[in-house]
Amino acid sequence: MPWDNIIFWIIFAGVVVCIAIASVIIWRSNHRELGAPPEAPEIRPAVAETLPAVVEPEVGLEVPEAAGTRMARLRRRLAGSNNALARGLADLLARDRIDPDTWDDFEATLISSDLGVGPTTELVESLRSRLAIDGVAEPARARAVLREELLRLVDPTMDRSLALKGTGGLPAVVLMVGVNGTGKTTTCGKLARVLVAEHKSVLLGAADTFRAAAAEQLATWGARVGVETVRGPEGADPASIAHEAVTRGMRDGVDVVLVDTAGRLHTKTGLMDELGKVKRVIEKKAPVSEVLLVLDATTGQNGLVQARIFRDVVDVSGIVLTKLDGSAKGGIVVQVQRELGVPVKLIGLGEGVDDLAPFDAAQFVDGLLGE
Amino acid sequence: MFDTLQDRLAATFKSLRGKTRLTEADIDATAREIRIALLEADVNLAVVKDFIAAIRERARQVELSQALNPAQQIIKIVDEELVAILGGDTRTIRFAKNPPTVIMLAGLQGSGKTTLAGKLARWLKSEGHSPLLVAADLQRPNAVNQLQIVGERAGAHVFAPEPGNGVGDPIQVARDSIVEARRKLYDVVIVDTAGRLGIDQELMQQAADIKAAVSPDEVLFVVDAMIGQDAVNTALAFQEGVGFDGVVLTKLDGDARGGAALSIARVIGRSIMFASNGEALTDFDVFHPDRMASRILGMGDVLTLIEQAEKTFDAEQSRKAAEKLMAGGRGNQFGLDDFLAQMQQMRKLGPMSKIFGMLPGMGQFKDQINAIDEKEIDRIEAIIYSMTPAERADVSVLNGSRRARIAKGAGVTVTDVNNLVNRFVEARKMMQSMAGSIPGMPGGGGARQQKQQVKKKRKQGNPARVAAREQTRSKPAVAPGAAFGLPADDVDVQSAMKDFQLPPELQNMFKNQGNSPFGR
Repeated sequence: MPWDNIIFWIIFAGVVVCIAIASVIIWRSNHRELGAPPEAPEIRPAVAETLPAVVEPEVGLEVPEAAGTRMARLRRRLAGSNNALARGLADLLARDRIDPDTWDDFEATLISSDLGVGPTTELVESLRSRLAIDGVAEPARARAVLREELLRLVDPTMDRSLALKGTGGLPAVVLMVGVNGTGKTTTCGKLARVLVAEHKSVLLGAADTFRAAAAEQLATWGARVGVETVRGPEGADPASIAHEAVTRGMRDGVDVVLVDTAGRLHTKTGLMDELGKVKRVIEKKAPVSEVLLVLDATTGQNGLVQARIFRDVVDVSGIVLTKLDGSAKGGIVVQVQRELGVPVKLIGLGEGVDDLAPFDAAQFVDGLLGE
Repeated sequence: MFDTLQDRLAATFKSLRGKTRLTEADIDATAREIRIALLEADVNLAVVKDFIAAIRERARQVELSQALNPAQQIIKIVDEELVAILGGDTRTIRFAKNPPTVIMLAGLQGSGKTTLAGKLARWLKSEGHSPLLVAADLQRPNAVNQLQIVGERAGAHVFAPEPGNGVGDPIQVARDSIVEARRKLYDVVIVDTAGRLGIDQELMQQAADIKAAVSPDEVLFVVDAMIGQDAVNTALAFQEGVGFDGVVLTKLDGDARGGAALSIARVIGRSIMFASNGEALTDFDVFHPDRMASRILGMGDVLTLIEQAEKTFDAEQSRKAAEKLMAGGRGNQFGLDDFLAQMQQMRKLGPMSKIFGMLPGMGQFKDQINAIDEKEIDRIEAIIYSMTPAERADVSVLNGSRRARIAKGAGVTVTDVNNLVNRFVEARKMMQSMAGSIPGMPGGGGARQQKQQVKKKRKQGNPARVAAREQTRSKPAVAPGAAFGLPADDVDVQSAMKDFQLPPELQNMFKNQGNSPFGR
């Protein structure tokens, strides 16, 4: 089997790059040693000032809101009024004639919702041709066409249900992954509430052993609805905690085990390997039924890169789009969905404990259009 | 992933040689490419429009010099404009005349305020201040705990009179913290507030009230480098609702291009003061406008690569390997064991595609680079691991039976082993002949030259295209950092990177490379 010549050369080049970089480092550090005074004095260990024991406020178990009633409430929130696209669209439709400038503006509003250059161009093109064929353009008609085109991009036919049936008496295992600060722990907590409202028994696994107080945060969420949390010491191996959680889930016969993982940037190879390990270890016990990637609606074009790498490592089965209650509309998911074929399954709409809803394509498009 | 602006422009300007001035059509094409590049980097659209207008104006006046190619000239202009906007007036924290200096952190949820508070505290401590962290995020479950732990790691005291989780009044906490700081003689107070959305009137009012209660010397807006087009809306909302004096860009260790930095700097006119690029408390730096500019344009960022390497590399080991490699001639000291060690160091930096992506001018090889299968490295590793230490150190002892044994051990064919060994020997020979042609090669002092060597070496990756590449090789001698008070050594490395020109004998070598016996 002949080796690909180029690959060897690239690898060798990489090695040489490494050597060169190391030389630069040494050279730089020599420079520094000559000039700069020694590094800052070492930090004296100090004891964090603690308050008199934190009294957890006495609350009885809360009853989460049922899935039906929350929809109405959340729809209102999704259709926020300060929406660039909606305004741009209104502008567009108010004009008598659609000139190139108008198209430019229109393209601009789509780009402002993080839809990305590619899908935007495509959308504008197809809208243009459709309007040209139909002859224009009473506003209502143009709007309907746009809605249709957008909906086609978002693709309402995808299967967006969560796979929460364990096979063969095993609990269903849901793994929550994503970069730092997108709201994984919060989503775990909210999802646990939804499941409790559906009368399922749930166990939480706090496999985020890195961030300070992440396990406590999850446990607080769990305690509010009487869900137990499996946790380990800070800095423990997340895979072992995930394993422990699933084992416990099997023993107690729960329906769903939700495993929260630490936020990690997709560029950190070591951390991504760790995540792969968490999944592999869980699979020794029970199949992972859902891997949910949590994406923040404010995320720009980088969201696509994130999704791609997470998919490669843990085979993401669904996306949770959080923080949709802000001014950002999360247009990047359209691209993610299209390129990776991973559907958006849930949306997070606020800090309220029950602000998690299933994703609905039509509703999302209406949100984009400000209807 | 994306084409870099350099590649796009190079394609646009293919037919432009020999002109002395850009035509209107050329400028239009340029503007379009720059627009797409900036939008893909998440720069706000309105900002892009303004920016393009400025570039057009300058591009019209530019005299095309015969020495530089037009793409490079335009990029130079774009780069300068970007640095000018990003660099605005760079400054650090203003300390109050009468301590305590109060710093307040505000931003969206999940932008990294609490972590930043710890980093800031650690940095201030190392500068000889005594910071007090204030837990005014009483919203998110266990945010107070998190700050306490972060504070402990940073070696700073934390003022947390309220348990949080929705209990307590953050305004009162903030107010009390000042009294506490005065009483216990802390000279800097860092107020960590809850994350909030720009459109949440109630919480914005609360933030404004906290601000009124503590009258901070600096309000820092903490924003995630990954944020998209919404950056401007959010920043404006915070500017109106709370008002901020500086911006901190977090999560720069990811690969987001960070166009938000440009949008915010342009629209709000507040300078970006700090950049936070990692999860450890020490991963905190002042902001470098020139690096950010390259990053937004998707041009390689060698300095970032070097800094990353600084954290993960065993530099001493690499230096020894370099010395062996360059020792030249009869020695052949650089063995497969050194090769293996360096290969493993390289993998610590991340996937190959990422490493090469950070080097400038690698756009042409994008496809090949993306096609690299990391498993190939595993195979090479396996083969080397199947050798005895003596065999690794000196490949010339490898006879037929040894090779057969190695192939068996690594689970490959003898041909694979032969290929690896032959190529390795060839590559080593080539490096050594190059070392001979450049004086002062080995060791740390010759870093510049070595760096240049790397670039040449890399080109061998694709012998077929080398000739074409040579023609576009002459790079403009610019050191964009020089005007902005960068430390001298940084400028040095940068200009070394940009000044680089191939010595003629090497150019020949690469041309020959195409016909060399192993270039099948």
